[in-house]
Amino acid sequence: MADLRSNFIGIKSPNPFWLASAPPTDKEYNVRRAFQAGWGGVVWKTLGAEGPPVVNVNGPRYGVIHGPDRRVLGINNIELITDRPLDVNLREIKSVKRDYPDRALVISLMVPCDEQSWRDILARIEDTGADGVELNFGCPHGMSERGMGSAVGQVPEYIEMVTRWVKQYSRMPCIVKLTPNITDVRKPAEAAMRGGADAVSLINTINSITSVDLDLFAPEPTIDGKGAHGGYCGPAVKPIALNMVAEIARNPATYGLPISGIGGVTTWRDAAEFMALGAGTVQVCTAAMTYGFKVVQEMISGLRDYLDSHDMAMSDLIGRAVPNVTDWNQLNLNYVTKARIDQDLCIKCGRCYAACEDTSHQAIAMKPGRVFEVIEEECVACNLCLDVCPVENCIDMRELAVGEMDLRTGIRRGTYANWTTHPNNPMAVKAAE
Amino acid sequence: MSQARLAPGVVPGRLTPHELAMNFADVAPPLTDHEARVAADRCYFCHDAPCITACPTSIDIPLFIRQIATGTPDAAAMTIFHANILGGMCARVCPTENLCEGACVRMDAEGDPVEIGALQRYATDGLMAQDGHPFRRAAPTGKRVAVVGAGPAGLACAHRLAAKGHDVTIFEARPKPGGLNEYGIASYKAVGGFAQAEVDWILGIGGIELRHNQRLGHEITLEMLRADYDAVFLGMGLGGVNALRAEGEERRNVLDAVSFIRDLRQASDLTTLPVGRDVVVIGGGMTAVDAAVQARLLGAENVTIVYRRDQSQMGASRHEQDHATASGVRIICNAAPVKVHGNGTVVEVEFAYTATDPDGGLHLTDDRFRLKADQLFRAIGQRLDGVPQELALDGAKIGVAGPGRTSIPGVWAGGDCAAGGDDLTVTAVAQGRDAAEDIDAHLTGRPVEIPG
Repeated sequence: MADLRSNFIGIKSPNPFWLASAPPTDKEYNVRRAFQAGWGGVVWKTLGAEGPPVVNVNGPRYGVIHGPDRRVLGINNIELITDRPLDVNLREIKSVKRDYPDRALVISLMVPCDEQSWRDILARIEDTGADGVELNFGCPHGMSERGMGSAVGQVPEYIEMVTRWVKQYSRMPCIVKLTPNITDVRKPAEAAMRGGADAVSLINTINSITSVDLDLFAPEPTIDGKGAHGGYCGPAVKPIALNMVAEIARNPATYGLPISGIGGVTTWRDAAEFMALGAGTVQVCTAAMTYGFKVVQEMISGLRDYLDSHDMAMSDLIGRAVPNVTDWNQLNLNYVTKARIDQDLCIKCGRCYAACEDTSHQAIAMKPGRVFEVIEEECVACNLCLDVCPVENCIDMRELAVGEMDLRTGIRRGTYANWTTHPNNPMAVKAAE
Repeated sequence: MSQARLAPGVVPGRLTPHELAMNFADVAPPLTDHEARVAADRCYFCHDAPCITACPTSIDIPLFIRQIATGTPDAAAMTIFHANILGGMCARVCPTENLCEGACVRMDAEGDPVEIGALQRYATDGLMAQDGHPFRRAAPTGKRVAVVGAGPAGLACAHRLAAKGHDVTIFEARPKPGGLNEYGIASYKAVGGFAQAEVDWILGIGGIELRHNQRLGHEITLEMLRADYDAVFLGMGLGGVNALRAEGEERRNVLDAVSFIRDLRQASDLTTLPVGRDVVVIGGGMTAVDAAVQARLLGAENVTIVYRRDQSQMGASRHEQDHATASGVRIICNAAPVKVHGNGTVVEVEFAYTATDPDGGLHLTDDRFRLKADQLFRAIGQRLDGVPQELALDGAKIGVAGPGRTSIPGVWAGGDCAAGGDDLTVTAVAQGRDAAEDIDAHLTGRPVEIPG
């Protein structure tokens, strides 16, 4: 049976599934329940500086995007960092860690952007027994207006500076949590690395308005008729998170920098995908908020099952897909596929036809008896038909063999060639003579 | 337990009022908002959807379901009503498993269609519960149209004509409008006086005068109507009942199923309605099932449907048959009545098993059996009754061409009395609607507007 034990920058946990710094990890009661349910680690909800705690709104904190049957696809929140006194949090962290020495317990931190503030907070958490710190440079609402959170994460120089302070005043492993509300996630990751970060974690939430109340004409969640943008998370953000993780994993400047993947991890499969793109651990919030802590048990059994069935160790999985993430101009333009409809599985809904006829390349014929067939002479292999088909595996993309005629172009499939050498490319590189 | 439960003969009060109320409650209760949203989410919004093709009124089903799914059920109702003004009743009585739901691609996918009928009821109930009528009449044309029969065909025709600005008079033979919706379907399918409420709602458009106790060939004649109106639509249904042609058919308690269903629908107190302990129903259509199931629900101990052909040829849908057997009705196929035994009153019915000839005809075999019966219902079809002689027939019904044009210019026909339909409410609605469009085009020269 696959060994899921994880050693992430020296932080050990019985499995790579951590709860992200968020409402589920705000206090001892929740974290104990999480550990009882089987979570490998938690990142304690962000602590602020000594003094009067922050104040949250007293109206709704969340906005949600629902799929069919009210399935939660995405949650937006306007909650701030912990609103409980620092000493209470520290006492509870110490108590939990003492009882769960085998679990990872990382403390998320966010204090004003000056050296003394960071020095002070690091001193306060020293004797909690926590395994590491995560610097919250990602929170996009409320705290950012006060010069913290994503306000720091959007300025690589600040990230580097603060990270350096943390490494200077603490011996703890340091994870820098990145905001996605930037144009190029590689820059803050590089800054964190320069500052001495042991790892980065990403993504934090994305600036968002989930919906607008069409009677009040105000964003949701609405607080007394007004709304402010919040941070978006959950399954809806996973594709954005995967890309950002991959960008850092394949960037030569940050190559090998450990990554804790965050963003819409809902099942073991999501977790495995993050890991394949280079994440050593994953952090989860929305799935737990939607279904409770027990979901980790499916993640554990699912990942173990996958690794066993592929005869892989977890270390074989981590980063395994990174070499296959490339730039568009490296894609093989001589790779040709054609959609193929399995008539036995087809339920004759015609969605492939509507999609192709109305919005694509008119490459599906509708024949008497509602028989839908691909017209290979027209098919550009966009695979929209497959995407909209409600029946799994009814449509697949058949790969043409090298030398086989592409009926659309009238050209036989050639061997690998990409845009960099394509005759239509004005910047084409001439093949060596 | 009621004392009369096992009493012999045809007696009222076999069940307690509470039991009767339970038995005759809504057979398919309406969807809640949540259930409707969940059900609507299952629609694939098919291209050129098979459910639309399967609907005789061509309701744009994927569109109305999407309108429900996006929180606009009133818009969904309007999509339905534009095609079928009796969409509320059709949602209750359509054999959807043979029509829209039978064509749903989810039948192929998982054998479980989108609940189109229930969703249609959800949308139409919601809009009909609101004040007012959602359609407005076009400018008056000054044309007057006579409609014979206030059943589904006549109502659909009258509504569409009124919407187009014509003035309509409906001549109805019975004291109440609705036709078979009021008199001819099982009461648990349209509870709470829905049939009358629907008629009132349809008439809410205005421009339709309803006259009762006006029978064609008695109080009114086709000749009179043709002289007084610019056009005539005949939608009077089938007034006659086919005979069994079995010996002893005249014995007491040998009745027409349609009368039983009618009396049950009109009864204000079901505890006063008599029913046999051993009931036999002869026939294989919806009427046979409606009579048999309701006899059971009234407290009959043994109810048997006997049908002369194979079960697969029964007019009642599979769903209806299952409903019957689940209600405790026994179905015997391939047998026909030959003699009604008894001394003045039916006591037993003698049947012969049938066999199919090579040409598809039936003959009786010597293999016979008897069923105990203190009440026997005929449900072997209705026939046209009192049709004006000058109309050309097609078989046993009024012959029509295209959208209901009869052999007489200016006279249209639709619904069960006209040839070519399949004796369904929804078909009658389509025919009434299409005839109205044709009448309008005929009277005004305007183009027809038929969905689908």
